[in-house]
Amino acid sequence: MSDVKKIATRDSYGNALVELAKDHPDVVVLDADLAAATKTGVLKKAYPDRHFDCGIAESNMVAVAAGMAAMGLVPFASSFAMFAAGRAFEQVRNSIGYPHLNVKIGATHGGISVGEDGASHQCCEDFALMRSIPGMTVLCPSDDVEARAAVKAAYEHEGPVYLRFGRLALPVFHDEANFKFEIGKGEQLTEGNDVAILATGLEVGEALTAAETLKNEGIHARVINLCTIKPLDEEIVVKAARECGAVVTCEEHSVFGGLGEAVAGVLAEQCPTKMRRVGVKDVFGHSGPAWDLLEQFGLRADAIIAAVKELI
Amino acid sequence: MTNEERKALQIAACKVRMGVIESTHGAKAGHPGGSLSAAEMFAYLYNKEMRIDPADPKWDDRDRFVLSKGHTAPGLYSALAYRGFFPVADLPTLRHIDSYLQGHPNMNTVPGVDMSTGSLGQGVSCAAGMAKAAKYLKKDNVRVYTLLGDGEIEEGEVWEAFMFAAKYALDNFCVIIDLNGLQIDGPTKDVMNTEPVDAKMRDFGFEVVTINGHDVDEIEKAFDVFHATSGKPTAILMHTTKGKGVSFMENQVGWHGKAPNDEEYKTAMDELNAQMAELEAQA
Repeated sequence: MSDVKKIATRDSYGNALVELAKDHPDVVVLDADLAAATKTGVLKKAYPDRHFDCGIAESNMVAVAAGMAAMGLVPFASSFAMFAAGRAFEQVRNSIGYPHLNVKIGATHGGISVGEDGASHQCCEDFALMRSIPGMTVLCPSDDVEARAAVKAAYEHEGPVYLRFGRLALPVFHDEANFKFEIGKGEQLTEGNDVAILATGLEVGEALTAAETLKNEGIHARVINLCTIKPLDEEIVVKAARECGAVVTCEEHSVFGGLGEAVAGVLAEQCPTKMRRVGVKDVFGHSGPAWDLLEQFGLRADAIIAAVKELI
Repeated sequence: MTNEERKALQIAACKVRMGVIESTHGAKAGHPGGSLSAAEMFAYLYNKEMRIDPADPKWDDRDRFVLSKGHTAPGLYSALAYRGFFPVADLPTLRHIDSYLQGHPNMNTVPGVDMSTGSLGQGVSCAAGMAKAAKYLKKDNVRVYTLLGDGEIEEGEVWEAFMFAAKYALDNFCVIIDLNGLQIDGPTKDVMNTEPVDAKMRDFGFEVVTINGHDVDEIEKAFDVFHATSGKPTAILMHTTKGKGVSFMENQVGWHGKAPNDEEYKTAMDELNAQMAELEAQA
């Protein structure tokens, strides 16, 4: 893997904002004293008059973004997932979601891979919170190519979008020249009918690694990347369940309320299928190196393989 | 201000009060107290101060108003209806199922409402965002107004918004605080004392004007200060009487969020009709 290009999706976010801002004067960016970490700092450098630091006040920032959207701008409000989705949940719900305003929430540092900062900053609840808001689109890209495409798609989409990015540098596996991104569409990455592995974000890379190992053992897994957590691509999910007969979901999020439960909900109604959910159990995280934490909390490829073997 | 203008504004305020009573009676719910205390302000904003067009509620270059104390929607709806944004006859459908007059302001259903509000503390942030956006878009003639309650400023987010407005020197932004002194659980000074509001606002970087919120001449002078201030936002602190204009509602905490029954409705309308007759009889 050492020769594979690695980049964190938060870096992709910052870079994509600069690209977007170049062509679209209605793009403005808000941050809450985290521009260096959320990577909106690169936009601030390129377009200082379009980056508004709101100080350590995420609730206000999110509602300020709503007001800006009501004036016709397309604000990207940025903070860590914990504060954008957590601290400011009610502002997102009432000032953005309820009036269905065109605000994009760029939430970095999602999940346990925040690492050393520990549980207070490891947001594993954001999918659940954001999914519950009517009309909210929820995206969690898996690598640099997809992340930059997702930012552009979020801009083109009329209405509120929550984008979750990660802190950790991840291998880039999408081929940019042949990549097309569409909100609401899952992406099948491998052929297979023995088990479907439905993953989002950082877990897509883990799912691909797991599928490779399983293939050597004669198990052909169909890996599907579900960057769009809401609205879920029900068609690709139901088709995979029907053709594979077993489904494993993988997310760097609590098993409560995230991708796993979204998939389970669809399958329970349309195609009851045996399932396993790889995700963070009913526990808080703690400090440690990111990859070690992912291992410890059962989010690496080996945990996905174990879940598959329980099923088939 | 001419006598004629003064009289017209006082009549407009009286009509706002009538609409508040009509709508809360029709709804059998709602918040008359804080709607009545701000009646002169609603009337002044929508009949004199703001650049708006009832025939084109979404006019891009209009001034914006955000009712941060969203529960006083009856006052806002009444001002909008009498200004011609929608029929006055619709006011009693307030809070009815399938009525566009939602219990708290909804920008997507009510013509003239610029922001959906209701959860206290958020509207002021949205309004600050609008003012900042107007600056960014170089809409130099667009002003943004927001009305808060004195209980509402107990919300921490309000002070985050004030710091934002001062930092970005939003001199197109006018914060109006209705100091009627009462909130649901009792007198504001007992529930959570926010005094001295004027010193706090000055310390937060605002130009501060304190007025009697029932005196339209004083309201005019306050907006003159707002228009003349540059480089910082303005705060108009208006002392008012909660429930103003309806004798049995005045200064009664119980009338924060209660509708008049049929008998109370009749008494209230009789009082307001008498006030209207007196205003109309003035030279």
